[in-house]
Amino acid sequence: MSTVLDSKIPEGPLQEKWDNYKNKIKLVNPANKRKHSVIVVGTGLAGGSAASTLAELGYHVKSFCISDSPRRAHSIAAQGGINAAKNYPNDGDTVWRLFYDTVKGGDYRSREANVHRLAQIANNIIDQCVAQGVPFAREYGGLLDNRSFGGAQVSRTFYARGQTGQQLLLGAYSSLSRQIAKGNVDMFPRQEMLELVKIDGRARGIITRNLVTGEIERHIADAVLLCTGGYGNVYYLSTNAINSNATAAWRCHKKGAYFANPCFTQIHPTCIPMSGDYQSKLTLMSESLRNDGRVWVPKKVGDDRNPKDIPEDERDYYLERRYPSFGNLVPRDVASRNAKLACDDGRGVGETKLAVYLDFEESIQRLGRDVIEARYGNLFEMYERITGENPYEMPMRIYPAVHYTMGGLWVDYELQSTVPGLFVLGEANFSDHGANRLGASALMQGLADGYFVAPYTLGNYIASNKLDAADTDHIAFVEAEAEATDRLNKLLSIKGTKTVSEFHRELGKIMWNYVGMSRTAEGLQKAISEIAALREDFWQNVKVSGENSHLNKDLEFAGRVADFLELGELMARDALTREESCGGHFREEHQSEEGEAKRNDDDFTFVSAWQFTESGHELNKEDLVYENVELTTRSYK
Amino acid sequence: MNIKLKVWRQAGPKSKGQFETYTVPEANPHMSFLELLDVLNEQLIKDGIAPIEFDNDCREGICGMCGVVVDGVAHGPQKRTACCQLHMRHYRDGDTIVIEPWRAEAFPIVKDLVVDRSAFDRIVGAGGYVSVNAGAAQDANSLPIPKQNADLAMDYASCIGCGACVAACPNASASLFTAAKISQFALLPQGAPERKTRVMTMVDQMEAEGFGDCSNHAECEAVCPKGISISSIAMMRREYMKAMLG
Repeated sequence: MSTVLDSKIPEGPLQEKWDNYKNKIKLVNPANKRKHSVIVVGTGLAGGSAASTLAELGYHVKSFCISDSPRRAHSIAAQGGINAAKNYPNDGDTVWRLFYDTVKGGDYRSREANVHRLAQIANNIIDQCVAQGVPFAREYGGLLDNRSFGGAQVSRTFYARGQTGQQLLLGAYSSLSRQIAKGNVDMFPRQEMLELVKIDGRARGIITRNLVTGEIERHIADAVLLCTGGYGNVYYLSTNAINSNATAAWRCHKKGAYFANPCFTQIHPTCIPMSGDYQSKLTLMSESLRNDGRVWVPKKVGDDRNPKDIPEDERDYYLERRYPSFGNLVPRDVASRNAKLACDDGRGVGETKLAVYLDFEESIQRLGRDVIEARYGNLFEMYERITGENPYEMPMRIYPAVHYTMGGLWVDYELQSTVPGLFVLGEANFSDHGANRLGASALMQGLADGYFVAPYTLGNYIASNKLDAADTDHIAFVEAEAEATDRLNKLLSIKGTKTVSEFHRELGKIMWNYVGMSRTAEGLQKAISEIAALREDFWQNVKVSGENSHLNKDLEFAGRVADFLELGELMARDALTREESCGGHFREEHQSEEGEAKRNDDDFTFVSAWQFTESGHELNKEDLVYENVELTTRSYK
Repeated sequence: MNIKLKVWRQAGPKSKGQFETYTVPEANPHMSFLELLDVLNEQLIKDGIAPIEFDNDCREGICGMCGVVVDGVAHGPQKRTACCQLHMRHYRDGDTIVIEPWRAEAFPIVKDLVVDRSAFDRIVGAGGYVSVNAGAAQDANSLPIPKQNADLAMDYASCIGCGACVAACPNASASLFTAAKISQFALLPQGAPERKTRVMTMVDQMEAEGFGDCSNHAECEAVCPKGISISSIAMMRREYMKAMLG
């Protein structure tokens, strides 16, 4: 154990901390802002909103994304909605309640002050998005509609059909496009960040690869904002996009940014089950489906009958049975683990027996097909497109899949990492969701960080620190470029026999089996040694096609899988260290007699922040202090 | 099932391209179309042949990154489906499938099936936004919007920017893409202050990028994976006329 981390939580009562912070920060003179430049990596909700907002404020922004356009980041695939405590439905919602639900939902492993700020800012996000022309769902009176979502007992979720992420991202993208056209943002699409450049200990630039030409480029600025999303693709199969990766974050980690709670991963309960070895990804079905769908498996082990032929009293609606007050709306971690238990019991359904039913028959009878179609039509269509089955007639088959990573680079209250000048926003940081994220809060966090937090905290950093003049000929740039180039050349020179995908699939299997929904010390130790062996094999036997000098997706993937092979091991190590069950992290050794997660608040109310050193990873701790909420056992019974 | 693929291969923007024929002997009917290409690519890499480059990302039909012409139809035979969501159960054992990139002067080929669609970003940059800085917004419910307008705006806003409309159009026009954005904002009060300038600047940019004119073939609507209606193009024209006249 080494340093104690300073989270820089402002003084004062919880409700006043953010105002206190803003009252005291240093400001950059409006006329001086244009003299400062900022690099923003990633153009999802966090990156897109940060880049446009900083440009609006007057900073010169350089924005990077790996896609052909900033409009395509994977935030676009978020379906369900975005939370805010507007209390428009008059059902008793408050900022406090949103804060409390998020802390509790995160199983008391997030930082109170950050979460409260998030709950405060959420209302401004809705205002901002509506002003941009985001077409949220509305009531007949013309006002905004809200729905209940993902285990919340109030209706606080704003949504745009099943495409909320798309609409919010296109809103941020439209603002970003406006700033690009004005010349305030230089946009670099199809560029991948391969190294962080530090000068005098501070983040001052990045090394990128132009994915079309293979050219390595050096970019300098006064600060770097990393908004590159999560690392769910470590598992190979996940709901993430094919190109989602952890390389930028991992490169920063190896340059001094601590990695926090890497074992906190979210396995989403309602995904379309896997069908074969060729499978490249898993598709999420919005959990809003659980508002009207009932989850069940046959009571009898190995019951192969058509679900329609299984009578009511031979079905086990196990969520309704075990959790009568929340029923099918229990949080994601609970729903996922129970699906696994049912399948482990031999009561799974479908060809692979790795699925449970999500049944709409009762809702269709009660509400009519029209109502169900209006609510979920696009999701039903998507399900039918992928599986070839009609969910109006047959219950859906669903199974959990890796969806979101609560862990990420450690940041303080200002969203600054342990590398000064490196800020981390959105899913890429660890700060707000603890050990489990609630539905409709990822969009909220990404946009809060980008529109309303980083613009203040970055200004404070720039106003408080005088940076020495430097250019891209600085030795730090030369060295970082050499590291990036060497790694690419190494990958191309191995010319082995196994494809990058083969390694990725093998890693995914290890991760899913041992670092998935249910973990044991024995399994985690096995994962650590198997990943180490696989990594060695990778650097001896990988076969990467083509050259560096052209569009070469195989080379891009090789670099990303190489980093996953390191990160995966750290995830297992972190899971092994955390001798408790909390949120998405379930250790079989730590469960109640009823099989529920058993937290250990006395010994583990801290953030694990891992520091990379040449001799291995060292664990640092940030103690989590709860001054405002009482730590209770999460019960959804 | 055994599937034969005739795929357009082109080393770079200035190279001459040609079709190459490949076979995937063990395609599975549950596979997606892009997974078929994955399986083929893995085989090509093992055989020391350069894999086929194609853009793709979310594989859920929402990011708009993928898009190829399949047997002459943008995104392939299934209506309202991006090619990432097309599944092999729609094919039979022994079928031959022809795959080409989007073809349009404004979408230069980068490599194989990958094209440069940055012209779309520049059209949006020309006016596809509401000029509101972060922090300047009023309360979200202070602006009631009739539900039918909000719903219709959402229909148009669901465009994924894939470019199939351009690929399908005999004139390679970007009218459906441009009109969808213009119509979304024309239906909403937030879009009103910049209504006239928006339609002028976006249409001008569309023309400057080298896209053709619309001549009402409606091929765009037929291939649009989000089913965006060409009534948006009619709305764009009305908006343009109104802006011209005053």
